[in-house]
Amino acid sequence: MSSRIVHIASNTFREAVRDRVLYNLIAFALLMSGAAIFVGQVSFGIERLVVVNLGLTAVSLFGIVIAIFIGIGLVSKEIEKRTLYTVLSRPVQRWEFIVGKFFGLAGTLAVNTALMAIGVFAALLYVSHRFHAPDGWIIVALYFIVLQFLIMTALALFFSSFASPLMAAVFAFALFVIGNFAEDLRGFAAMTHGVQRWLATGMAYLLPNFSAFNVITSVAHAQPVGGSLIFYNTLYALVYTATALSAGVLIFQRRNLK
Amino acid sequence: MLAIEILGLEKIYNVGFWRKRPKRALQPLHLSVEQGEVFGFLGPNGAGKSTTLKLLMGLVFPTSGSAKILGMELDDPRMKAQIGFLPEQPYFYDYLTGRELLTYYAQLSGVVAKDRSRKVDAMLQRVGLGDAGNLQLRKFSKGMLQRVGIAQAILHDPQIVFLDEPMSGLDPMGRREVRDLMEQLKHEGKTVFFSTHILSDAEALCDRVAVIHHGELRGVGAVGDLTASVKGKVEIVWRGTAIPAALKALGAECRATTDTVRAILPEQNQEAALEALQRERLRLVSLTPVRTSLEEYYMQKLRPAESSQSAAGGRA
Repeated sequence: MSSRIVHIASNTFREAVRDRVLYNLIAFALLMSGAAIFVGQVSFGIERLVVVNLGLTAVSLFGIVIAIFIGIGLVSKEIEKRTLYTVLSRPVQRWEFIVGKFFGLAGTLAVNTALMAIGVFAALLYVSHRFHAPDGWIIVALYFIVLQFLIMTALALFFSSFASPLMAAVFAFALFVIGNFAEDLRGFAAMTHGVQRWLATGMAYLLPNFSAFNVITSVAHAQPVGGSLIFYNTLYALVYTATALSAGVLIFQRRNLK
Repeated sequence: MLAIEILGLEKIYNVGFWRKRPKRALQPLHLSVEQGEVFGFLGPNGAGKSTTLKLLMGLVFPTSGSAKILGMELDDPRMKAQIGFLPEQPYFYDYLTGRELLTYYAQLSGVVAKDRSRKVDAMLQRVGLGDAGNLQLRKFSKGMLQRVGIAQAILHDPQIVFLDEPMSGLDPMGRREVRDLMEQLKHEGKTVFFSTHILSDAEALCDRVAVIHHGELRGVGAVGDLTASVKGKVEIVWRGTAIPAALKALGAECRATTDTVRAILPEQNQEAALEALQRERLRLVSLTPVRTSLEEYYMQKLRPAESSQSAAGGRA
């Protein structure tokens, strides 16, 4: 990776930290400690289930909100404030800027998720008093959540390379919601015929399939995650992220920065 | 080798939300700037100065034409390492301190790690921000922002410095400081290409100037050559209420107040007017240029009736 990408990424990370993005951790910590204490008092035998479900869902939602709302501003804010002018008038290629911004936000989300993961395990320890072997699958669920963040960050960057921040947010959020029902869309495609089938199938494969990444419920029930799913989800996330990022770069390369 | 060579650079934007219509921001521009020159790019707001600079910086793409900087194409990273750019009304990452900002730009410009810290500190000192290096930019005044803007443009020791309205919005002290910095760059042999609508700055600093209006080049040349045919005006103020007849003959427009008289007359008649006042034993209060010859030239070039003639003669 070029050193310029590293510098742009680390500056993006620094911006997120100084703009108090990580303050969401306080809300998360309050949520987890409140949930752990509450669950410990009212539930019998399902404490682990509730804490893992709630914790991982919160990690996912907090991260998605950050990925979308910071992601859509990564490029547009720099154009609007004209900070981009002094970057691109240096020996920095436009693609390096986009890729650097991507890694900066992805790094922020990874650190954010790691800190939240500590909170989830702390709450789990509080209600279960000790860790059990199936708790290791929580790490796989967290890994899948991070893979979703990569896809969403790349999509937010893609939309922000040509749309206004508001429209980019709407598109990105819509894709996230639809992506969670991708399996249903594929099921619908299988039931239809003719042009409708082509369209539905095309849409189902074009849109990100987030439902395959959601293993929160099975992990909460202490069920293992298959090795092939880990492999295919990793491959899918990397290919989808690279494709969305490349499309964003292609558009941004031709954009006039008025 | 020329520092900047612009060959018919043209920019047409498509404006409008639904029905796009073309709007020409820059008519085909031909211009060249020698190395070591301080070149002023003059024109009123919306004339096409910033568009030209953005085209040269690769921020917008030309509709037609091309340009070279130091003999290299505009998208050549080797060329980008040799130039510095200060945009108009710059805004920087305000969550960074002055030192962090310059360090970031030094990293992007390829300044080697071992020299980085020393260069950043020296630059902060040079632009008078030595004590503000650890202050976040959100706490900077406009003048300080402009200075840090110039610092980031010259930090990596570029051969050519592009400055878009570097004196805009500065108080007289700030303008003076920026002018001094530009003079230093000139002494160091750098090429400085700057846009402005403050003509006194251009007259004081530039070897050559170009005048642009409505996206069209109206004139270009050495300041002395351009103003040779155009004379400015001076204002003479003297005590008393008497107006010597000789002054009126020299084309002076006189206005008397209770105890002084103000006369505005062509610059070339200044000596004769002073002699006339001396003959009449009138006491001189002040002598001030009201419109420099460059201003007169500039105003002439902006007049539509003369545009077609001058554009033809203005190509460089």
